[in-house]
Amino acid sequence: MKAGFTIGLKKRNQYWISFLLVISVSLVCYGLTPYMGYRVVALVLLVTVSLIAISFDILPVLFAAALSAFIWDFFFIPPRFTIHVGSTDDSILLIMYFIIAMINGVLTYKIRQAEKKARLKEERANSVKLYNTILNSLSHELRTPIAAIIGATDNLQLNKHLSNADRQQLIGEISKASLRLNQQVENLLNISRLESGHIQPKADWCDVVELVYEVVRRVEENNPGRKINISMNQDLPICWIDKGMLDQVLYNLLNNAAIHTDQGSKIEIMAACHIDLLEVVIQDSGQGFRMTNQKDVFQKFSRERKEEIAGTGLGLSIVKGFTEALGGNVELKTDGSGTRFVLSFPVRTKYISIEHG
Amino acid sequence: MAKREVLIIDDEPQIRKLLEITLQSNGYVVKEAISAKEGLIMASNHPPDLILLDLGLPDENGHIVLQKLRKWYTNPVIILSVQKSEENIIKALDNGANDYLVKPFRTGELLARIRSATRASISEDSDPVISCGDLQIDLTARTVRKGNDLVRLTATEYNLLALLARNEGKVLTHQYLLRAIWGPGYINQSQYLRVFIAQIRKKIEVDPNRPECLLTESGVGYRFLSK
Repeated sequence: MKAGFTIGLKKRNQYWISFLLVISVSLVCYGLTPYMGYRVVALVLLVTVSLIAISFDILPVLFAAALSAFIWDFFFIPPRFTIHVGSTDDSILLIMYFIIAMINGVLTYKIRQAEKKARLKEERANSVKLYNTILNSLSHELRTPIAAIIGATDNLQLNKHLSNADRQQLIGEISKASLRLNQQVENLLNISRLESGHIQPKADWCDVVELVYEVVRRVEENNPGRKINISMNQDLPICWIDKGMLDQVLYNLLNNAAIHTDQGSKIEIMAACHIDLLEVVIQDSGQGFRMTNQKDVFQKFSRERKEEIAGTGLGLSIVKGFTEALGGNVELKTDGSGTRFVLSFPVRTKYISIEHG
Repeated sequence: MAKREVLIIDDEPQIRKLLEITLQSNGYVVKEAISAKEGLIMASNHPPDLILLDLGLPDENGHIVLQKLRKWYTNPVIILSVQKSEENIIKALDNGANDYLVKPFRTGELLARIRSATRASISEDSDPVISCGDLQIDLTARTVRKGNDLVRLTATEYNLLALLARNEGKVLTHQYLLRAIWGPGYINQSQYLRVFIAQIRKKIEVDPNRPECLLTESGVGYRFLSK
């Protein structure tokens, strides 16, 4: 954390703080001269410089060292108020004081450099690890459907003894694989939009009821056999929000629920609007997340049950990224009997009566 | 009836091949152009019944090709593009495209859009009754019926529905609808549109939450689908 403190403070401020510290400590010591010898003052000043060295850069430390040496010489070493030093002992002390203060500064600098090096090394190791994770996950997630497509088309072209049923099945596999590929590419495009930091929500008036039904229709279409319960007041006001991004958030959560829970478990979406808050809850009665740390769940490329179910581990990090870009918040509550995502977005809302329209 | 002729302007051979097979097997005559230049020449030499235009052509931006085409070409143009941003879609529709499909698209969807675009261009001022399921909109009598029942609509609701029905199959953008129904001062008042569409659906759709006649094109506009 010290490193952060050093970086956080501008150089100029470091000089000022060093200056003020040395001056105020000197003033206190000056007031106490009747009660303590001037050699003790040297130690007190040395401690001050050491403290400065703990968190500041080398130059402000050297500055503090020089300043305090001068002050000690001028105001404390007899004869006072001259830079002249009276005894040989004091001359040696002054020189030693100066050397120790300088060493303080240099050692600090060396430690800083070593810390920086270690940090860089660690960062590099982390990015290599992340890169490998991405590569493994992507090459698996992209190559599997591609392999399915190539395999199936080869079979269709070369195998003359295929029954009609086999043929249909192979065509079905191609269709499934290409849809899966499309979904992965969509996720990758979204994550790179988020990573580039250029994501600008474009809000407009949005009929949330319409949006929810539309998303549910798509999820049900892409997950045949799954039924999603919708429970919300049909008279929700219209909300001022980026519809496309909200759509993506809800789709990812519902689609996740449909993919990662058994056919028998329930999936439900609820939406409610308060004066300036849109709240959406998506819950399922599946087996829940094993990761207990919420941060991990929303991490890029973090995945559960990798072996059993396909995925890139991007869906939830897109959910979090988009939700935050919309100024909202997403919370996860999960246990062995289900998962519940609570989303809240600050929005302007409007009720319009059109009976006279 | 003579076979309809479709001109494909797309530089990707795979997409052209796919479209050719799909369209020919569905009874269309297909012509292909691999660049904007070639497409414009082919369209002017022998105007097709419909043009499928890719926006990402190597020699010229598809939006500009569309503008050039629209100076004289009046039959439907459907855009096929990998660009799915709402700005792009709205720009293309504003430039006179009849419809916009994002690649990858489903074949069934493409054929439906082509059918509805060509039908709309033929029934320009012929059929005053437009229907969707058991919903019937009589543009001459200005009445709307669901089965045998008269649907009560306010003047604005009727105008909005009639405008969409008259352009059946075609996406009308939010701005276009707001300008046409409420006037130029209202093009940013999208809240009215949301509320009126919801209200109309409650009156004409079997299940207003799963609309089959009055469809939303997310972020872009609405379309009336006749059946």
